[in-house]
Amino acid sequence: MTTIWKTSIAIVLVGSLLACGGGDKPSQPPGASAGAQSPEAGTSVQSPKVEGLITAADLQLGEVDAAMAEKGKITYDVKCQACHSTGANRVVGPGWKGLVTKREPAWIMNMIMNIDVMLESDPEAQKLLEECLVRMPNQNLSKDEAREVLEFMRTL
Amino acid sequence: MNRTLLYSGTSVALAAGVFLLLNSLPGCKPTTTKAAVTGDAATKVYVKPGTHDEFYNFVSGGFSGQLAVYGLPSGRLFREIPVFSVDPESGYGYSEETKGMLMTTYGFIPWDDSHHPELSQSSGVPDGKWCFINGNNTPRIALVDLGTFRTKSIIEIPNSAGNHSSPFTTGNSEYVVAGTRFSVPMGDDASRDVPIKSYKENFKGNVSFIHPDPETGRMSIAFQIATPGVNFDLSHAGKGPSEGWFFFSCYNTEQAYSLMEVNASQRDKDFIMAVNWKLAEQLAKEGKGNKVPGKHYSNWWNEETHSAETTVYEDVLQLDPKDHPGLVYFMPCPKSPHGCDVDPTGKYIVGSGKLAALIPVFSFEKIQKAIATNEMEGDFGGIPVLKYESVLHGEVKKPGLGPLHTEFDANGNAYTSFFVSSEIVKWNVEKLEVMDRVPTYYSIGHLCVPGGDSKQPWGKYVIAYNKITKDRYLPTGPELTQSAQLYSIEGDKMELLLDFPTTGEPHYAQALPAELVKPREVKFFKIDENKHPFVAKGEKETKVERRGKEVHVWMTTIRSHFAPDNIEGVKLGDEVYFHVTNLEQDWDVPHGFAIKGAANAELLVMPGETQTLKWIPTRVGIWPMYCTDFCSALHQEMQGYVRVSPAGSSVPLDAYTVSVDAEM
Repeated sequence: MTTIWKTSIAIVLVGSLLACGGGDKPSQPPGASAGAQSPEAGTSVQSPKVEGLITAADLQLGEVDAAMAEKGKITYDVKCQACHSTGANRVVGPGWKGLVTKREPAWIMNMIMNIDVMLESDPEAQKLLEECLVRMPNQNLSKDEAREVLEFMRTL
Repeated sequence: MNRTLLYSGTSVALAAGVFLLLNSLPGCKPTTTKAAVTGDAATKVYVKPGTHDEFYNFVSGGFSGQLAVYGLPSGRLFREIPVFSVDPESGYGYSEETKGMLMTTYGFIPWDDSHHPELSQSSGVPDGKWCFINGNNTPRIALVDLGTFRTKSIIEIPNSAGNHSSPFTTGNSEYVVAGTRFSVPMGDDASRDVPIKSYKENFKGNVSFIHPDPETGRMSIAFQIATPGVNFDLSHAGKGPSEGWFFFSCYNTEQAYSLMEVNASQRDKDFIMAVNWKLAEQLAKEGKGNKVPGKHYSNWWNEETHSAETTVYEDVLQLDPKDHPGLVYFMPCPKSPHGCDVDPTGKYIVGSGKLAALIPVFSFEKIQKAIATNEMEGDFGGIPVLKYESVLHGEVKKPGLGPLHTEFDANGNAYTSFFVSSEIVKWNVEKLEVMDRVPTYYSIGHLCVPGGDSKQPWGKYVIAYNKITKDRYLPTGPELTQSAQLYSIEGDKMELLLDFPTTGEPHYAQALPAELVKPREVKFFKIDENKHPFVAKGEKETKVERRGKEVHVWMTTIRSHFAPDNIEGVKLGDEVYFHVTNLEQDWDVPHGFAIKGAANAELLVMPGETQTLKWIPTRVGIWPMYCTDFCSALHQEMQGYVRVSPAGSSVPLDAYTVSVDAEM
């Protein structure tokens, strides 16, 4: 296995050691930019500006497109379902029910498509890693596929 | 020199014996291990952490049957590619899908002796697409795909015995060749059941031309050329003016069949065989030649089904040179030639008589002239023999002892390895003058210059692949590590830069710039394109199914769990097939699969791939299974259980994964 894994182990170990150290707040994992605040769970946050990431301006969300959502469901079954339920419960990663009300669509798209950058730079993504302990796999979805998956999430 | 003395005993004894003889020969004396390595050698081979080597070096594993991949100039080992031998680390030869790659007319053959890696070429230059390698013992040629660094295709060579003179390529990899080391009787059972003493009468050689499909890499035999009984050793295609010809070194023109080290070393000259392969190709296309018995397997890895496919051929097209004048000529070449190397211009063919103390260089132009003017000294087995003097460009006099193999740089220089005098000698091809020599540690066999057998050598280094290790490394019991050495050839003088140990016998190797290979790399297999009959595209497709005594499990992996991870209802007497699909779609995330008591190996399943492990439980109870390749922080949690009940048990077959529905 490569350095990616070593990095992830390091993050997890350091994260949990600090957490076990009796701190009453979640500690800041290494790699988080200085001064980044870990916001309250459930609040919607903007990703820090990192070049190449998808922004809200890149996404036009109108009424839910049923055909698009149906395609998203097919991708979900093959590439996402092993870790994400369509309920609110966590399996490996968070359940998808109501997720779009908690997270910005662009943030979701970036978690699907740009996981390495997100885990480097996004405090919310880093916080999730502390909780789930498994780096979200990059399943190499195209932008269209990721967008269809997002549309499927909007139906849940 | 007394040849019989030189070649008796083991190589070590031989080297020691020769050492004494060499003291009287100026310039041939092996130096000690303390030979100078200049102060800046380290900086020339240092590849900073996190940066890449400039060259890939594909090094044969010899009797390991594998192909190893190193970086140059660092000498770092990246991978051993399983080719002719099973590999429990990857499951190659153990998984149900890969077993077919090692099937032959003799059944499943899990080992071979792989000698010569040969990079595929376009316009006479290595193109980074494939690497061929020969299997000596059960004659085969393999094609390794440099997009996946996996064995893509293996073809068995019929009517061959010891596929040594192989698998050298034509300039656009139209063909790779396979010349038989041992001549043997061919044909039906009665024709083959003959006294060994009837060698001269009944034993025949042949060389095969194998065509790899340019798109798929699937191989087939285009034609074979029958020859008199001799031993073929090495070969190389012509290029430039000699394009369309192929040259094969052969020894044992004495046609001996016992105590070969003496009896096959009697004649002053053996042969290099020149074959007009363009003419052979045309004859084959015209339907000339005969279909002769030659049952053989051609195995091919299908990347969509992730499985081997086998085609069985019953016969092979054979051309007899006696029926086709102009197809084959012999050229006398001193004393049991080994190397048979064509320079980058294609004008010269260098023979390396391994018992000779000179290097003959043949001129292609003179060969053509001698053919046109019929300058023959007779025939051998009905094949015309050209006059040595008529085809000779010249001889390099007293270059060293035991020349074996020659490669070239782009500046008109040749580098020849000398086993007996344990050195590399640099000489000028046109002028036939020795320019420099360096000792090797010890007893070099083949050598390699990046691109050094092609039209455009990249030069920069020559690498020695040594036969004897002795004191070069920390000892490891009776068997020492194998060894290679890197020399700079950028200056007038060759300069030793680095020793690096190798895995398996580094028999021969080729190297090319990494930039020709890196862009081809396959990062993962697209799950949407997976056509394996037992694929599970997502956990919804996982299941377990009984088919008589067979239990099939459609299983998936993703960081970090199996689905299903609990299986019940397996009974003693069942054969369980775990069809494991890795749902990951990213680079460098294989998952392993192992189950207690498996009598074969693990599986290592690449992202998007499906592989199958057959498991026959032998006791009642709960059997653990787990992921072997560290995949995430929860890798150690990636495990499951199989319950095995007695034969006749009524436990229903069931498989599941239970989630505790953690809140988020």
